Amino acid sequence: MMNILISGVGGQGTLLASRVLGKYALLGGYDCKVSEIHGMSQRGGSVTTHVRIGEKIYSPVVWEGGADMVIAFETLEAARVKHFLKEDGILLVNEEKILPMPCITGAAKYPDGLKESLQQSVKNARFIDAKAIALEAGSEKATNIVMLGSICKLYGFDKARMEDAVAACVPEKFRELNLTAFRLGFERV
Amino acid sequence: MAPNEKVAVEVALGASVGGARAMACMKHVGLNVAADPLFTAAYTGVNGGLVIVVADDPGMHSSQNEQDSRYYARSAHVPMLEPSSAQEAKEFVKLAYELSEKFDTPVLIRETTRVAHSHGIVELCDREEKEIKPYEKAANKYVCMPANAILRHIEVEKRDNALAAFVNGMDINRAEYTSENEIGVICFGAVYEYVKEALPSANVYKVGTLYPLPIEGMKEFAKKVKKLYVIEELEPYIEDALKAAGVACVGKELFSVQGELSVAKILKAFENREIPQAEKVPARPPVMCAGCPHRGVFYVLHKLKLTVNGDIGCYTLGAVPPLAAVDTCVCMGASVGMAHGFKKARGENAHNVAVIGDSTFLHSGVTGLINAVYNQSGLTLIILDNSTTGMTGHQQHPATGKNLKGESAPSVLLDELCKACGVKDLQIVDAYDVAAVEKAVKAATASNEVSVIIAQRPCVLLNKKAKRETVVVKDCKNCGKCMQIGCPAISRTETGVKIDLTQCTGCGVCMQVCPFKCLQKGDN
Repeated sequence: MMNILISGVGGQGTLLASRVLGKYALLGGYDCKVSEIHGMSQRGGSVTTHVRIGEKIYSPVVWEGGADMVIAFETLEAARVKHFLKEDGILLVNEEKILPMPCITGAAKYPDGLKESLQQSVKNARFIDAKAIALEAGSEKATNIVMLGSICKLYGFDKARMEDAVAACVPEKFRELNLTAFRLGFERV
Repeated sequence: MAPNEKVAVEVALGASVGGARAMACMKHVGLNVAADPLFTAAYTGVNGGLVIVVADDPGMHSSQNEQDSRYYARSAHVPMLEPSSAQEAKEFVKLAYELSEKFDTPVLIRETTRVAHSHGIVELCDREEKEIKPYEKAANKYVCMPANAILRHIEVEKRDNALAAFVNGMDINRAEYTSENEIGVICFGAVYEYVKEALPSANVYKVGTLYPLPIEGMKEFAKKVKKLYVIEELEPYIEDALKAAGVACVGKELFSVQGELSVAKILKAFENREIPQAEKVPARPPVMCAGCPHRGVFYVLHKLKLTVNGDIGCYTLGAVPPLAAVDTCVCMGASVGMAHGFKKARGENAHNVAVIGDSTFLHSGVTGLINAVYNQSGLTLIILDNSTTGMTGHQQHPATGKNLKGESAPSVLLDELCKACGVKDLQIVDAYDVAAVEKAVKAATASNEVSVIIAQRPCVLLNKKAKRETVVVKDCKNCGKCMQIGCPAISRTETGVKIDLTQCTGCGVCMQVCPFKCLQKGDN
């Protein structure tokens, strides 16, 4: 049983990442549920998607304290959802900083030292500059696939099957770019 | 694709009477709009099967209320099924059509967000083709005037009784006994999945028909378990029914009527396991996109200190700081009616405008406009025409010139429609032209008759690939004026503002707001 929570900011590609993981489960012959919320939150708000993979899955959502991994596409979002992790769960954070509107207007302050506090409070926290790696692969839009490459290595997913899942979920003309992004994410974490 | 839910259910009912199997789908608040045909369709019954799917939103992920649609089924005397997974959603649709045709009734399928928005593995069966049934005139059935409807109500009650007996024997209402001398939990839908996860040793009674409830089956289950619990989101619908039937159970003592349930909440209630709490960090509320054509309009409304009767769509985000321009938001179309009422109450001191999107105007805003013209209101209505249904994922609507499949379709002309409603004071402006919007709003609000402003600009997400000139900052005085428009592409540093060029679309609203012309179109 694997419980995965993906969090990010609307528009960062969390939905595609969750669908790739769902495809990975299907290719492996597992039961799988993927849950996501569209709507208002899509417009630059916090977005979380849930992926659960196992022999038999009931709840479509992961619960607080129940996640084996949290994949955070933005540092503040990592802090927002880290309580979903099991004690020995893995937190993978894309070291990107996107200011939420209250921080832009000055109504709130983007916390300092987020990385350090995450490192202190989470036993297995890993950080990666996924956006920079994605740009290296050819497009910052592949940030989500870089993250999948990293989590594939950290959690010990079947690499070849995950690559098949990536290839199946992205448009044909961006396939090579995404596979490059995936491999870079795998190597650099 | 119908402009609103009432029309959708009427079309589906017409198709059903015409002999076809038909379906209409909507969210909970949409069923309020469609309630009128629903209640009488319960009397007419069907010819081809008729299924209405409604999704409730406990926790209000993307809704304006947390209503519990189960009461519609009970109130309209229409059977209601609720699946708990993607697989069941598929199976229950087939079952719903069989019930609909067997019992001559529309059937509701209720879902909640966690089922409607989840993906799971679904095993398909072979498709069965259904012939269109013959249509026979049956005025006593389909013409619901009092003399007929009185007789139909008798049939509805008979059907209700027949269904109440029938549901107890249905497979989708089932007891799952796991262990003797254990508690029993009655649940359904997404909560069934949470219960199976959180309380694997509990005996479970899974309810598949929310109306009529399988009272006999639940009574039988109650006798066999140590202590009976009902775990349900929102209202104590099943709990009340059980208690009325004389069955002792524990329900809302443990769980709130608010929000969603979860595995963690059930573990807290039954095993006192603490729920890990989130760290307090700054919120990240949704915002209007960079380049959103609504931004400039709300900047003007905020600047002119007008009371804004808002509506349902992306532009509800005009309520969020720093624009904070919207005063009310209730339901689709309410902006126009409420603006008229507000004006009636406050007269010359009202200083208000109604703001509605193009698709919501066609959903139910136009009737409010007809009302305003007819009742000689002085209201000002701003239609934010972004040529799409933005918030829900860019669906077409009757004024976009395309149908749901993206094929060419006749287009309602919004300006001509307003004129046909009797509007004489009509202005069309470019939503990106802040000065023109301000001028139009000032003129419209000064007039004593109904005035309409159509602020046009396609949603910025419709053509993401368009090559645009972005905005560059030159000699910023750091006055902070451009921060008032709440653009996510603009941030402030100690030395001046910064434009995020990956987000900037070059809409130019910030340039028009900058008093020192420090923001200019640039080549990036």
